[in-house]
Amino acid sequence: MTQAVIRVLGLGKSYVTAAGDFTALHSVDLTVESGEYIAIMGPSGSGKSTFMNLLGCLDTPTRGDYFLAGERVAGLDGDALARLRNRTLGFVFQGFNLLPRMSLQDNVALPLVYAGVDQPTRRAKARVLLERVGLGRYAESLPNRISGGQQQRVAIARALVNDPSLILADEPTGNLDSHTSEDIMALFGELNAAGITIVLVTHEPDIAEHAKRQVRFLDGRIVDDRLTEVVR
Amino acid sequence: MTLIRPMFHEAWLAMGANRLRSALTMLGMVIGVGAVVIMLAIGQGAQYAVQQTISTMGSNLFIVLAGSFTASGVRSGSGGGPTLTVGDSDAIAELDGVVASAPTHMGSRQLVYGAQNWSTQVIGTTPDYLEARAWNVVNGAGFGDSDVRSATRVAVIGKTVAENLFGDEDPVGKTMRIQQSPFIVIGVLAPKGQNLDGRDQDDTVIIPLSTAQRKVFGTPFLGSVRMIMVQAAAADGMDRTMASVSSLLRQRHRLRDGMPDDFFMRNLSAAAESEAETTRTMSILLGAIASISLLVGGIGIMNIMLVSVTERTREIGIRMAIGARQQDILTQFLLEAVMISFAGCLLGLILGVGIALAINAFTGMVVVISGSAALLAFAVAAFVGIFFGWYPARKAARLDPIEALRYQ
Repeated sequence: MTQAVIRVLGLGKSYVTAAGDFTALHSVDLTVESGEYIAIMGPSGSGKSTFMNLLGCLDTPTRGDYFLAGERVAGLDGDALARLRNRTLGFVFQGFNLLPRMSLQDNVALPLVYAGVDQPTRRAKARVLLERVGLGRYAESLPNRISGGQQQRVAIARALVNDPSLILADEPTGNLDSHTSEDIMALFGELNAAGITIVLVTHEPDIAEHAKRQVRFLDGRIVDDRLTEVVR
Repeated sequence: MTLIRPMFHEAWLAMGANRLRSALTMLGMVIGVGAVVIMLAIGQGAQYAVQQTISTMGSNLFIVLAGSFTASGVRSGSGGGPTLTVGDSDAIAELDGVVASAPTHMGSRQLVYGAQNWSTQVIGTTPDYLEARAWNVVNGAGFGDSDVRSATRVAVIGKTVAENLFGDEDPVGKTMRIQQSPFIVIGVLAPKGQNLDGRDQDDTVIIPLSTAQRKVFGTPFLGSVRMIMVQAAAADGMDRTMASVSSLLRQRHRLRDGMPDDFFMRNLSAAAESEAETTRTMSILLGAIASISLLVGGIGIMNIMLVSVTERTREIGIRMAIGARQQDILTQFLLEAVMISFAGCLLGLILGVGIALAINAFTGMVVVISGSAALLAFAVAAFVGIFFGWYPARKAARLDPIEALRYQ
């Protein structure tokens, strides 16, 4: 597959505020090929979160073009963006963001609900993914019964459930201790090895080291884009 | 529509997550629907009771009374003059739109049977009278036109008379006396109960008109009657029928233009209809007042849904991030509102019916619980749920996913 998962051309975002126009993102160009594993770094206010929201189809750019898995995102309506978020993307958040009243299995299956998949398939698929992240035995538990690291694994299972082309992870280890963080990063490594494209936002250099490529943002621009040196 | 089932499940979970709040919100609907059901049951019960009374009177009836007359400065009341005759009645019966016309003479007389005696209203009339009042003979038989022609001494008695005069005996075939004249009881009438004035309609004796005039009341002019009871064919033709009876009588009585009528006419059904109208208005009023509590219940739902949307902003953001469309969020919250509304409605219906039955059991008040009222309650619940759930649901659906995800 030669088609790029992400192709961003001159992408920018400005906000109109009371103090005048504010540009969060200047002109950004970036291409991510299928199977890549990228860490996006930068201090807060560097525009990396804005960029992630644009990549995640949660926000629309004010200029430039964005192709996600070959599909032009700019100009799509709300329903089409929702469909992209549902099927082409998988989100992993810093705060896990599981729904507290639902069992882990139902949490993992939720994207399938919005994709219109029937219940037996939903259940079966959620099971498979919970097994894959090593939490099959907690399928019927509620999220508050398990640890933060386990919750993040469930969130990753949820992100994977619709077989997306891309996983977007926003500070996935931000709420975890270093030991658990290593576990999660190992899981991302496994997924990438299985061919899943991963874009990770982090401000911790040692987390970014797990990615194959590191992109650094500053003041709304990409200031550095390099491959991770293999130390081993 | 594969979404609907999991959404029902989720709405159920959401309701269960905050049981007390859901229950209190529902309570608004329970009280609202309960009040409407009770009020409708009582209102319809009152209407039913009035309808029953009216139907015992006979439908589309009016009476023609003889005019008053003045003798030595003393004026008799209406019906006192000798202006109406059996001939008038026969002529009225020939008119279009008249079903029955019964010349009637009545008065209070003492009845005697064995050692018992009883004062009651004696009505001398023709068989048309029973027909006009839709009054059946349940025991024995009524008298016929031949009895009127030959002035036989037969009587049909009401239930109250039968009980007071004959006790446990079967009155049919027995001979009683009205004044001094012996009469054979040939039938007992079906009970009708009270009329709208509270008078016992079963406290009466009905005998042929000719017999009544000759043996009981006596009459200054043979063939004159105090009153004619007329039944019109249809309720909406009453006024027309009364007008044609009036012009017929003026013609027969040779009254020139400008001379006053020498008879009175009274529409019996009109009084009853106005009574029915009053109860109808009353029940609408009761229902309307009760609906206000339904409205308040609806506002309660809206209030709680707004709180719920704010509380669950982050959840909405998560759902949007993993692919929920605006429409999905809208449906979810709308469904929750409708479920609360429906559950409240169902409980309210049960409560309302229970209380209505209890009212009936303890006070004996007539209540009517109709399926259409229940159906109405459900329609209202669906409407209230959707109407008051719409705004909060739309608010949820229109949240900006980024803002929602950031919400703590």
